[in-house]
Amino acid sequence: MHVPDGFINAPVSAAAGVVAAGAVAVSLRGARRELDERTAPLAGLVAAFVFAAQMLNFPVAAGTSGHLLGGALAAILVGPFTGVLCLSVVLLMQGILFADGGLTALGVNITVMGVVTTVVGYAVFRALVKVLPKKRPSITVSAFVAALLSVPAAAAAFTLVYAVGGTTDVPIGQVLTAMVGVHLLIGIGEATITALTVGAVIAVRPDLVYGARGLTAPLKLRVNGELVDAPAAEPVPVAARSPRKLLLAGLVTSLLLAGFVSFYASANPDGLEKVAADKGIDAKAEDHAAADSPLADYGVQGITDSRLSGGLAGVIGVGVTVVAGTGVFWAVRRRRTGGTSPASTSDIPGNA
Amino acid sequence: MATDSVTPVPSLEVSGLAFAYPDGHQALFGVDFSLARGERVALLGPNGAGKTTLVLHLNGILTAGAGTVRVAGLPVGRQHMAEIRRRVGIVFQDPDDQLFMPSVREDVAFGPAAAGLKGAELEARVDRALTRVGMAEFKDRPPHHLSFGQRRRVAVATVLAMEPEILVLDEPSSNLDPASRRELADILRSLDVTVLMVTHDLPYALELCPRSLVLSEGVIAADGRTGELLADDDLMRAHRLELPFGFDPRSVSVGA
Amino acid sequence: MGAGHAHKLYRHGHSPVHALPPHTKLTAVFAFVVVVVSTPRTAVWAFALYAALLGTVAYAARVPASFLLKRLLIEIPFVAFAVLMPFVAQGERVDVLGVSLSVNGLWGAWNVLAKGTLGVAASVLLAATTELRELLLGLQRLRLPPLLVQIASFMIRYGDVITDEMRRMRIARESRGFEARGVRHWGVLAKSAGALFIRSYERGERVHLAMISRGYAGSMPVIDEVTASRAQWSYALALPCAALVVCLLGWFL
Repeated sequence: MHVPDGFINAPVSAAAGVVAAGAVAVSLRGARRELDERTAPLAGLVAAFVFAAQMLNFPVAAGTSGHLLGGALAAILVGPFTGVLCLSVVLLMQGILFADGGLTALGVNITVMGVVTTVVGYAVFRALVKVLPKKRPSITVSAFVAALLSVPAAAAAFTLVYAVGGTTDVPIGQVLTAMVGVHLLIGIGEATITALTVGAVIAVRPDLVYGARGLTAPLKLRVNGELVDAPAAEPVPVAARSPRKLLLAGLVTSLLLAGFVSFYASANPDGLEKVAADKGIDAKAEDHAAADSPLADYGVQGITDSRLSGGLAGVIGVGVTVVAGTGVFWAVRRRRTGGTSPASTSDIPGNA
Repeated sequence: MATDSVTPVPSLEVSGLAFAYPDGHQALFGVDFSLARGERVALLGPNGAGKTTLVLHLNGILTAGAGTVRVAGLPVGRQHMAEIRRRVGIVFQDPDDQLFMPSVREDVAFGPAAAGLKGAELEARVDRALTRVGMAEFKDRPPHHLSFGQRRRVAVATVLAMEPEILVLDEPSSNLDPASRRELADILRSLDVTVLMVTHDLPYALELCPRSLVLSEGVIAADGRTGELLADDDLMRAHRLELPFGFDPRSVSVGA
Repeated sequence: MGAGHAHKLYRHGHSPVHALPPHTKLTAVFAFVVVVVSTPRTAVWAFALYAALLGTVAYAARVPASFLLKRLLIEIPFVAFAVLMPFVAQGERVDVLGVSLSVNGLWGAWNVLAKGTLGVAASVLLAATTELRELLLGLQRLRLPPLLVQIASFMIRYGDVITDEMRRMRIARESRGFEARGVRHWGVLAKSAGALFIRSYERGERVHLAMISRGYAGSMPVIDEVTASRAQWSYALALPCAALVVCLLGWFL
């Protein structure tokens, strides 16, 4: 399902890039509460695991094969925010190292395969865990259903992106049917692997499953050979906190942005040229590009010819993704490093 | 028994420490002991007594379900974690776990660099630590190309580079040939830090540590002079501690 | 294990391209791909020029063509999709050898193939000339948020562990006569996945404990600074700049 370069047109790629950057920024903030130092490598492992699993194609039917997306698995094991980060890292590294998924399509890939699967998977999972009895099998069952639904959801999201920004006008109805149909099948595979993985982990190391926190037995002390209940320690400060507000805010912002940019793009049949013709955006984008881009040294700016700037806008249109993404990351970074001195970093993630 | 009024602040103070793994298995059932500054103490116990679990509490990797750990008076907890990790240097059993950077130099520099040291100061710290374990000439080698004994010494250096208050070694003598064993003992004796050595190598404990603690079934079962503990047959048998064939602690003279 | 080792896409060498600081290379590749994607699909010759540019880089990096072409095989799934396009796309149709094809679909297929291939080739060249550890340093220099760099570096560290475990488990499976052939075998594969996860985690956990014991707090401490000189920047950016010229020509001609 990795989208290559040139598959989705530039404005929509850019818009998806903005959505992805927003989602990653929100996740970076959220992940600070999900991850403590013991779970940080777990995020890396989940990423590596998803990476490996995405290379393991499993046979579906009639010679086609699909691969694990891993969003639901990541969300359940390390939490939704960290899950988004894991998937983003996987897709970034696949793009850079294996050229699997285009670099300019990174935004589309992260949005479709990272954000959608994680959010849908985790939402379904939480809802089910709430409804089902508080036992370990319920977690496994919820994981199954969550993973099952997350895959066709991603397929549908892909179709949506394609409908807005596909470079070829294949009939959307056909794309949707084919995508969702095949991915329902793949979803069964995904669900099986997710459920069995979560099940296996929860049986051996329940502490590693984010979605199953809060199942601990009381401690005992050995006093003169007798086992005595330990004085109640302070309750484990996990579970029950609500990332919902932040998640919601992030989603709404992203969707607004996406909606705005896509609308702008789709309202203009040939988005790039239109964007280029628009002097205001053109000038602004150039400013951005000149501000901190190494391109600044290479005499791109100061071009007044309208035809020339038309060509430039193609580059700049996609470049906006980068600038926007960098801007968001930078803001988050600043805020983070501003709050704490580098010497005492070990406990900023805290657990509060 | 927790506080000792002779020394100002003990290097390490553990009281009422209990811990259960999230899978329900409880490993520690109320551990109490304290180490004075500069002491070399062995922590003895059979496999599965909870030794490693205890070690992981000393620098806050595991946090106690009940009880407290203090390092030089500072409670182990989230608010002082960076400082605690600097003061407590743990040398893990398998040096391959400890050495993860591409060169010896970068590995030894890891801890101090994480604490914010840079440039010449960092370099000097690395050189000093490597010299103390006699590995200075291996500075630019990749760790996985060294012999096991050399890797263990580099592992000790990675911890010494952080200039810890207390050095905790988990099974330092395991898998070492006799010569490496002796070299490591010489290095440990030459250090002026508090040492807690977790081991079931009883002769090594006797050689290096005047005092020993016996951890059994998740509690401290005995605390005393190493020679006396090892000579107490009943105690030894009760806690599954066995001396190597032909070894008699009473016949060994120890120059601590 | 450890992040310093070469990955299998890496091709050891001492070419000028290998020697460039990683963040300049990352920037160059990214800029190049952006330029390529922004090129109008009708400027067929422009794509040939891009390919020639990449060829020059490959020559400078002393990456043989066979190596590059073999790595390009990763693209095959997209090729399959692209081949379908002329048949299913709508719009004006044209007869080629008696088969009715969509003009739009043909252009679409060309667009995906050309841009996709160039993107893949650029990434392959980057991966072939840059070690993983360098790549991470480069990303760090380009101000990727530290948490992402951290996850990426753990991912790479665990990558070795997982592939190693996966290989062992596959050998164990296959030596007992198992081969995955269809839906029936999902169960076995999935069960392996669970076991694989636990095994990998426990192998990597101890390393992490050792790291945090030495004050690791989320980001790798900077021991040696990576810096890029102006000359290195201009060398690296020669590629996207040349591509930009081609792209601009593509828009006017």
